[in-house]
Amino acid sequence: MKPLEGILVLEFAQFMAGPSAGLRLADLGARVIKIERPGQGEAGRKIALKNLFLDGSSLVFHTANRNKESYTANLKDAKDLERVQKLIARADVMTHNFRPGVMEKIGLDYKKVSQINSGIVYATVTGYGTKGTWSSKPGQDLLIQSMSGFAGLSGDRDDAPTPVGAAVSDIVTGTHLAQGILASLIQREHTGKGTLVEVSLLESTVDLQFELITTYLNGGQKIPKRAEKGNALADLSAPYGVYPTRNGHIVLAMGSVTELGAILDNEALQEYTDAQSWFTQRDEIMDLLRGVLVDRDTEDWMALLEGQGFWCAPVFDYRTFLSHEGYEVLKMDQELLLPSGEKVRTLRCPIRLDNERIFSPKPAPRVGQHTEEIIKELL
Amino acid sequence: MKPLEDILIVDLTQFLSGPSATLRLADLGARVIKVERPVTGDICRQHYVSNVVLHGDSSIFRAINRNKESFQADLKDGKDHEMVLQLIGKADVLVHNFRPGVIQRLGLDYESIKKINPTIVYGEISGYGTQGPWAYNPGQDLLLQAVSGLTWLNGNADKGPVPVGLALVDILSGAHLAQGILSALLKKIRTGRGTKVSVSMLESIIDFQFESITTFYHDGGAPTVRPKSNSAHAYLGAPYGVYKTKDGYLSLAMGSIPFLGELLGCQALEKYQEPEDWFRKRDEIKKILADHLGTGTTPHWLAILEPADIWCAKVMDWKDLLDHEGFKVLEMIQKVDTSDGYGYKTTRCPISINGELLTSTSGSPALGEDTRDICNEFGLTEMGEA
Repeated sequence: MKPLEGILVLEFAQFMAGPSAGLRLADLGARVIKIERPGQGEAGRKIALKNLFLDGSSLVFHTANRNKESYTANLKDAKDLERVQKLIARADVMTHNFRPGVMEKIGLDYKKVSQINSGIVYATVTGYGTKGTWSSKPGQDLLIQSMSGFAGLSGDRDDAPTPVGAAVSDIVTGTHLAQGILASLIQREHTGKGTLVEVSLLESTVDLQFELITTYLNGGQKIPKRAEKGNALADLSAPYGVYPTRNGHIVLAMGSVTELGAILDNEALQEYTDAQSWFTQRDEIMDLLRGVLVDRDTEDWMALLEGQGFWCAPVFDYRTFLSHEGYEVLKMDQELLLPSGEKVRTLRCPIRLDNERIFSPKPAPRVGQHTEEIIKELL
Repeated sequence: MKPLEDILIVDLTQFLSGPSATLRLADLGARVIKVERPVTGDICRQHYVSNVVLHGDSSIFRAINRNKESFQADLKDGKDHEMVLQLIGKADVLVHNFRPGVIQRLGLDYESIKKINPTIVYGEISGYGTQGPWAYNPGQDLLLQAVSGLTWLNGNADKGPVPVGLALVDILSGAHLAQGILSALLKKIRTGRGTKVSVSMLESIIDFQFESITTFYHDGGAPTVRPKSNSAHAYLGAPYGVYKTKDGYLSLAMGSIPFLGELLGCQALEKYQEPEDWFRKRDEIKKILADHLGTGTTPHWLAILEPADIWCAKVMDWKDLLDHEGFKVLEMIQKVDTSDGYGYKTTRCPISINGELLTSTSGSPALGEDTRDICNEFGLTEMGEA
């Protein structure tokens, strides 16, 4: 039995943050019904990477919305709205990411909804919270990476701010949304009462940086300086970073520079006997290392360094990584069969329960695919 | 009242992945008891980032372990071990991140723990799972970023691999562990049954890349190609990126290229009418945009773009952010105090419940500071003086 069996989630949320939380709840056993507008459905169906579409929706949509059902309703239509209210009366959780004010206009704000269902967990995602000058600004992943200071952490010293090339704010916010929902469901077991759960992309992306921001706040408010070359974490000392080898790249994590010098049989490195110098002379130490590591293949260095227990790893691309035995043994992939007959090879839930992996082959729904069934079953 | 009040968590984890999960559970109201070895405690206490030591412990330890208690015990010592077992007997959740094999040697594996506490939620984090060629490799954040393909998603095409500049893998695996534990706690309350929840840093960082890995599979394994310049995403078209202006940087997310051209007074963009070209010809489009945006200041461009509903933002550092009204109103920074009167600033939990912020004034504990109280409270055999 999956832990969330019996939990009904209505997902009004669109794009990535809310739906990624819905996906996790679905994989953990909840029944997730997307409430979509007739015709187009949720806006995320149109957001594509590399212009890839399948069965009328973007591949990204299929990735984030598998294992869900779809119910269409025009929330501005009285009859449709009434049906949705009946669904809400039976639901345990609902999520949305409308901008502040929209649900109030429709009449599905928390106050109204809790009159229909006092036990519901009502969870919202905004860009920047509901107060203040930014609350009406669009909450989009890249904008949040940019505004939160996060884009200044990656890349080398002279590079422009370097955002992460994945929806990091959305995904981190989605994990927080799921956590808040689950904690509230636990509380409801004791109190019988519902809860309003709120997260925002900005707060979640600040939380993601909590270690570094705490260091900043109490350590003299110094913005971290990225390493000149091969930067991996601006606050850390040499050798932490990325280094080219003869046939690729290698990363070195924390470790003693003098020990590293001994392993590499390099005298210059062994002269940095004061651990403070690994911070203050980081760039020259990394330069020295670059000069050494570029002379041999990654595999040679791995054999030498790993043998001595030094923390290091080869840098892989997807081709190498996804065909590696270390990946295959995880059995991370699953294949979904779409109603169109097309197949999507994607990933499973990363959490294992009682040593079992969680697979769920149900593909993302077409717009309104389950409306009639849901009316028959629940209304 | 916080949602997890009355939940007791015994936390054997160190560093960041496990402790970040228990921090979140503490924020949500659970009581977290860190079990730490004598003398050094959690190794993270000495793991100095940026040389910043706050009142004897590293700044990152202080950030990760606020709002927790510390119980000192040597798990290899028979008497201490027995006391920890007694404590686990009373707990709702146990969390560890020992390498495969170690936990069995300590007699704290799930099979053993289930015998003394059958309904416990048993959470564990590993680096790479328990099988395969990497199972015994060190589970360190940068190493996992490197092997998982993540470093090729960031930066411009002419760069080498670009890691994410913080411990993303640790934090995601901690977030997933917290999700798994919470769902298992719900099951425990509803059915009276315990669960073992396992996550690995590797599976978590793979999950993080679910969009781009699914794209890779669907696209016949085509290599990841980052934009030549102004990179913010390898798989998205122009204008998505960061652009230098006269006085800083500006980010542009999705938007119509000809419309942007019209708004910005950049005629060269108006010929890109086909949305497909915004991806295929992104390098030339970005070059045109970059040259044009370099001629004005960030506020100048924002004043044009924001009213037209173009998704854009000024790129800010923490000083800009923390000084801004839009951030201050969130009350995201809180001050916490240690029991011996040292105060420091840190962030609060990002989740709010019933309109209330989840804050706590408790700073991180000194090593073993709660050992005696916990012994007394739970009737554990009294420990001798350390």
